Amino acid sequence: MATATVHSVVEPSRRSKGIAGLIVVVYAVLSMVPLAWIFLTAWKSPSDSIAYPPKVVFRPTVDGYCSLFSTLSRQTPEYIAALPPPAGICDKVARARNMVVAGPSNFLPRFSNSLIIAFGSTALAVLLGVMSAYGFSRFRVPGKDDLLFFILSTRMMPPIAVAIPIYLMYRALGLSDTRLGMILLYTAINVSLAVWLLKGFIDEIPREYEEAALVDGYTRLQAFRKVVLPQAATGIVATAIFCLIFAWNEYAFAVLLTSGQAQTTPPFIPFIIGEGGQDWPAVAGATTLFLIPILVFTVLLRKNLLRGVTFGAVRK
Amino acid sequence: MNETSVPLTIAERAARATPEAIARRARGLSDRAVAWLFISPTVALLLALNVFPLVWTVRLSFTNFRANRPNAPVSGVGIANYVSVLTDPDVWAAMQSTAHFLFWTILLQTVLGFGLAWLVDRRFRGHGFWTTVILVPMMLSPAVVGNFWTFLYQPQIGLWNYAVQFVSGVDASSFSMIGSVKLAPWAIVVVDTWMWTPYVMLICLAGLRSIPGYLYEAAEVDRASRWRQFWTITLPMALPFIMLAVLFRGIENFKMFDMVNLLTNGGPGSATELASITLKREAFEKWRTGYSSAFAIILFVTVFGLANIYVKALNRVKSR
Repeated sequence: MATATVHSVVEPSRRSKGIAGLIVVVYAVLSMVPLAWIFLTAWKSPSDSIAYPPKVVFRPTVDGYCSLFSTLSRQTPEYIAALPPPAGICDKVARARNMVVAGPSNFLPRFSNSLIIAFGSTALAVLLGVMSAYGFSRFRVPGKDDLLFFILSTRMMPPIAVAIPIYLMYRALGLSDTRLGMILLYTAINVSLAVWLLKGFIDEIPREYEEAALVDGYTRLQAFRKVVLPQAATGIVATAIFCLIFAWNEYAFAVLLTSGQAQTTPPFIPFIIGEGGQDWPAVAGATTLFLIPILVFTVLLRKNLLRGVTFGAVRK
Repeated sequence: MNETSVPLTIAERAARATPEAIARRARGLSDRAVAWLFISPTVALLLALNVFPLVWTVRLSFTNFRANRPNAPVSGVGIANYVSVLTDPDVWAAMQSTAHFLFWTILLQTVLGFGLAWLVDRRFRGHGFWTTVILVPMMLSPAVVGNFWTFLYQPQIGLWNYAVQFVSGVDASSFSMIGSVKLAPWAIVVVDTWMWTPYVMLICLAGLRSIPGYLYEAAEVDRASRWRQFWTITLPMALPFIMLAVLFRGIENFKMFDMVNLLTNGGPGSATELASITLKREAFEKWRTGYSSAFAIILFVTVFGLANIYVKALNRVKSR
């Protein structure tokens, strides 16, 4: 690591390193406990999930995931005894609790809405972002700083503040509760991040490459496509992942502007209910499935995290 | 001597290229056209989905419009909405809750975040891995986090209550973090701190790593104590980064909606009703569109104004 050598002259002593490491590891482990608990709860039976004292050792079941993916209905033991043998594992565990699988739940449609909206808006935001970033990075644009600041300032607005007119506008245009409406909205929110991050990445590509290409007879557009885009590939991927995570995690607009058709996962999870309140193993299962992609992305992004979360204000 | 064997610099090659005007026509669009072609779609989208709604909010804030009665006659009411927002005791209560939330989350996150960064900067073995582990909570969906913390905060069966009982001996079923007016404001502070301390740590770490080593060398030569080095080198040099982290956290937490909405929904009563939650209740539960538009504008101007003042202060610190 290049930065490690910067102040290595006053190298911390072994003991101070050891103590520092110990404290950091303890913090890291403690901060993972809530997450680990959720992942565990997903494999518990409903009664184990609300046991006192909380159970760390338990018999894992698929109850949680089964009730997440299917709608269950309670039946009498006589009714269940008369049924043909269970069709799948979920049917089997449900029958053990005097339930039968009545059909699929709404989880998969919500999850696929999340996927479609997140990927759709990311693709659009990165496309618009890379174009504007190139424009801002390479050309003299009148009022450049003001425009860039304007693009950033759209991120400072509390979502609820613009939610009212967007709600009215979408109602008039027939965009409320549609995936297209949500894709456009998330694109508009993400494009500010995309422009700022990508401008940073493109600024770092030496202009000489394109100039050489222009001299060789490329047009601007060709130079952009064949020289700049490949050079900026890493930056584009990092930016895309940040946009994906934002759209994936967004809740405020989703809960206000969608109700069924286009509803994403975050507003759906709190409404996973079983008999008598929230079905915690099912909620934990949904949370697990929802968070795993983020964990993967965090590991992929670790080198660019700093840049992403500060809008490119801090690099390195 | 063969001249063509000498590699030509780009400038020379450019000079030999065809005259500019002809070149442009031949190559299609001019640079200026390309620039506008590239930038205008973004600007258009932002105008349609950010500026236009904002202007609309301003317009609505001067009327008595109610979004659940689109056909009722709408009349202008001047600044009446602004007056009633600013004289509404509920709004001031929400502002106080927001201030409590902002103050404690920023204080705790800055102290913990800077402390962690300072420790990670000792570069013990495996610090890269553990840093990535610590960063995980801040990437998660605040809404989903708020929802699953309601599970951890359950009285008696919740892991939090059990841990508190284990550490302090207070009975796990004797208190409820999100059910009690006294504890709920702290419940949201705890979750936000859990989630965002890593963010402050990440930025502070960049700050600490940007401090050139020769400053410490010079201090060692001058026999300055470690304590003195910390106060005269480490902290002042990292200050712009700490301030930047505080700025981002401040803006985000002033707008805080998703995590708190799912954790407490502003309750119990209005103990954790932050500004954005009040705004949601006025706009989408009571449907007082004009009133809530005025409130939204007041909030936006406040964030914007405070952020601008703060950025000026930040720049002064940076240029020192």
